[in-house]
Amino acid sequence: MGDWKTITVPVLSSDSQTTFPYTSERKRSPTSMSSQVLRLSLPSSKNMHSFFSAFCTEENIEQSISYIDRELTTLGFPSIYAESKGKELNLVSMVNCMNELLVLQHKNLRAQEEIEIQHLKLGSDMDHLQNCYAKLKEQLELSKREIVGLQEKDRQLQSKNRNLHQLLKNEKDEVQKLQNVISSRATQYNHDMKRKEREYNKLKERLHQLVMNKKDKKLAMEVLNYVGRADGKRGAWRTDKTEARNEEEMYKILLSDYEQRQKQLLLENTELKKVLQQMKKDIISLLPPQKQKPKERPEDGLVLSDQEEDIGELNKENMWELSCETVREQLTNSIRKQWRMLKNHVEKLDNQVSRGHSGALNEKDVISREDHELETEKLELEIQQCKEMIRTQQQLLQQQLTCDDDTTLLLQDCYLLEERERLQEEWRLFREQKKNFEKERKSFTEAAIRLGLERKAFEEDRGAWLKHQFLSMTADCKSENMTTPSAFLRSSDPDIRLVRSASRQRRLPSVLSPTVSPEPCQISQYITQNSSSVASEKPAADNKPNLWVESDDKEETEECTKSWEDSGLGTLCRNLHMEQLP
Amino acid sequence: MNFSEPFKLSGLLGRFSPDGKCLASCVQHRLLVRDASSLQILHLYTCVDQIQYLEWSSDSLFILCAMYKRGVVQVWSLEQPDWHCKIDEGSAGLVASCWSPDGRHILNTTEFHLRITVWSLCTKSVSYIKYPKACQQGVAFTKDGRYMAVAERRDCKDFISIFVCRSWQLLRHFDTETQDLFGIEWAPNGCVLAVWDTCLEYKVLLYSLDGRLLSSYRAYEWPLGIKSIAWSPSSQFLAIGSFDEKVRILNHVTWKKITELEHPATIASKQTVSVDPKSMETLAELGNGVSDAPVIVYKEVEKSPTVGTERLSFPPTRELASSLFSTQSKYDISQVPVSLQYIKPVADRANPKVGVGMLAFSADNCFLATKNGDFQITSLSWHSSGDSMLLLSKDNFCVCYLEREEVK
Repeated sequence: MGDWKTITVPVLSSDSQTTFPYTSERKRSPTSMSSQVLRLSLPSSKNMHSFFSAFCTEENIEQSISYIDRELTTLGFPSIYAESKGKELNLVSMVNCMNELLVLQHKNLRAQEEIEIQHLKLGSDMDHLQNCYAKLKEQLELSKREIVGLQEKDRQLQSKNRNLHQLLKNEKDEVQKLQNVISSRATQYNHDMKRKEREYNKLKERLHQLVMNKKDKKLAMEVLNYVGRADGKRGAWRTDKTEARNEEEMYKILLSDYEQRQKQLLLENTELKKVLQQMKKDIISLLPPQKQKPKERPEDGLVLSDQEEDIGELNKENMWELSCETVREQLTNSIRKQWRMLKNHVEKLDNQVSRGHSGALNEKDVISREDHELETEKLELEIQQCKEMIRTQQQLLQQQLTCDDDTTLLLQDCYLLEERERLQEEWRLFREQKKNFEKERKSFTEAAIRLGLERKAFEEDRGAWLKHQFLSMTADCKSENMTTPSAFLRSSDPDIRLVRSASRQRRLPSVLSPTVSPEPCQISQYITQNSSSVASEKPAADNKPNLWVESDDKEETEECTKSWEDSGLGTLCRNLHMEQLP
Repeated sequence: MNFSEPFKLSGLLGRFSPDGKCLASCVQHRLLVRDASSLQILHLYTCVDQIQYLEWSSDSLFILCAMYKRGVVQVWSLEQPDWHCKIDEGSAGLVASCWSPDGRHILNTTEFHLRITVWSLCTKSVSYIKYPKACQQGVAFTKDGRYMAVAERRDCKDFISIFVCRSWQLLRHFDTETQDLFGIEWAPNGCVLAVWDTCLEYKVLLYSLDGRLLSSYRAYEWPLGIKSIAWSPSSQFLAIGSFDEKVRILNHVTWKKITELEHPATIASKQTVSVDPKSMETLAELGNGVSDAPVIVYKEVEKSPTVGTERLSFPPTRELASSLFSTQSKYDISQVPVSLQYIKPVADRANPKVGVGMLAFSADNCFLATKNGDFQITSLSWHSSGDSMLLLSKDNFCVCYLEREEVK
């Protein structure tokens, strides 16, 4: 490229004013890159001829052409001469070379443009950077100055701080010193005091001795007569027993005081425990029963189990009234847990409220509000219905109270009729019962009359029988064989029989003979019949006749007689017996 | 309110009998016993010297007159005016004399606190208690009169002896951890004895009846300590008033401080404090704790009537005279915050007139009255129903009624 420069130099020297625009522009550019600027020389169309005339004249055509050829060949272009060694120009190659040269020129121009643009850009960037640099430099200066100032202040403050620390330390030392002084003086005073006190004590002792020694002759106390004790008791000697008693009393007093205090504390404790438990219940009730969040389900589970545990514990506590550490701890721990849960719940509610205020509606809230409204509507309806019912009832009541006379009379009559009918029923029943009673009474009286008659008959029979016996006895003594069959007297031993009969007779509660023949069965049947009739009249008489019938042959008559005691049918039997006797 | 005519009295010795039927007063060396309702003189006794101290026995049958200068104590009987008893301590001297709770023994403290002699009116026996402590409250009886605690000092150490009053037998004798015991006081339930140290050392020790140390309490170390102590009637609280103008209250279960009551110079609104600046008292409400109840400050305002000069007449009419010289005082409710007059005490004198000097619990445990600072109140006492309070100063006396809200 240096070759290019060499070419243009002679041209520029002659025509500086009528320069080519490019080169003049080049010169004007103030950048320092001018040294590297290519000075391209482009002949303008105006100066074509002059340029040509400058380089190639009529005389040196050959020279100039050969020079051009040389240049071109050195640049790599093909030679413009024809192949023959003559001086004939190859037009084609010349045109080609010229074209090539033109193309090259265009390329160079373009490159030049681009470079110039870049150059401009770089120049502006440079300016900008220089400005920034200047500003930053200023700022740096400022901040450096500030730093210096602050450092200065910092130093001053530090020194002040140190001074204050020092002062504080000094003060503390002084205080410590003064305290030491005080304590040392105090110990000194104590020591002196003790010394003086000892002296004083010695004086006192001396004085005491003197006083005691003097022993005033006159009675120290003269009293007209001694007074009785306040509580009326006599004075007691001081013995070990009294000492022991004193000790005992003292301990009793102390113990009672402690017991009283303990009772108070126990009361307080139970009250506080009750309050705590109440609080716990309240807290549990305040907490929401169950939440839908899965996260809290395990917590709820815990809560529930906790509640159950707590309730169980409560019961336990109530039962045992334990006041030991573990129970107390459990109670307080459970309360703390509940309280924490309640706090969390309240915080959550607060958050919800705040969120609601900020505009984001929670679905739950909406639903609950709707529900709330529905419920209020329902309640209002209910209230209205109730009010209407009350009104109607009131109306009815009023009607009742203030209805016409007729209706009242009718009503009263109705009531009266009802009552009358009831009364009639009762009367009927009463009359029936009366009739029944009458019947019974009649039958009783008849039975009594019959009994009386029968008794009379029996007595007569008895008398007759005795007579007969007596007679028969005397007859028996004569004749051994007893021909008269006796249903009852079949035993071989007449005496025994007699005795028995006598004993039987003696025994007022009737005694039936042990020897019973089949005939008595009939009699017994009759008796049963009779007794059944009697029994019907005396429903109170129970199965005794049956007893008698059954135990007839087997058991002792005593049992039977006992069973007949009450009914008085014994006499009947006896009578019957007697009747059978011959 | 009606007042009787004034009677002569010497030495501030006027006492009602414990059963309230009689009033004893002494004038120089004469003792007058009057009927309490009619003020008629029932008895007149003459003692050998000017009476310095007068005390009724607990059953109101005897009166003790102590004459310290002569060292003689004379006892008079109300039932038998002819009965007389004279106890002469002789050269031992007499510094203090008091009855025992059963009303049949007299405890005489000899001069220099050499000994306490227990004279018996029933028997011929005399007991001596050696080395009693020379302090403000060295002898304390339990409320039921069973036990007596005596503070003693031997070899520069403090001891307490507990005696059974019935037979004056020694029950317990133990040492206390105090530097210089200042006072002892039984709790009303008779089971705890509070022992407190000198004002150079803030220390309260609590001993049980059998001599065991239950607890000790110390609020701070160096500044001046306890000035006054009071038990609540139920023995549940012990109020300690100290020189730092605060009242600390301990509870009987743990013997730890449950609350601290302040007496600030400026009363803000978040305290239940009622103040009468003339006497600088404060009424604090206990039981419910110091709640947010408002403060009521009652300020005594004296109004003397102004008389226009044209209305003066000579001689002044009776009404005018009485109205001129009578100053009406009434209590105004001041608005909080109220700043009270506060006189800084002289710093270089002993026993500075600062701090809570008087404490009184009301009978139903609801209120505590305290006196802070140097003001001329000589005594402050509650009515047994807890509704009202009496304040006595040298020249004035004031009855305060409390309006109580319905507290459950």
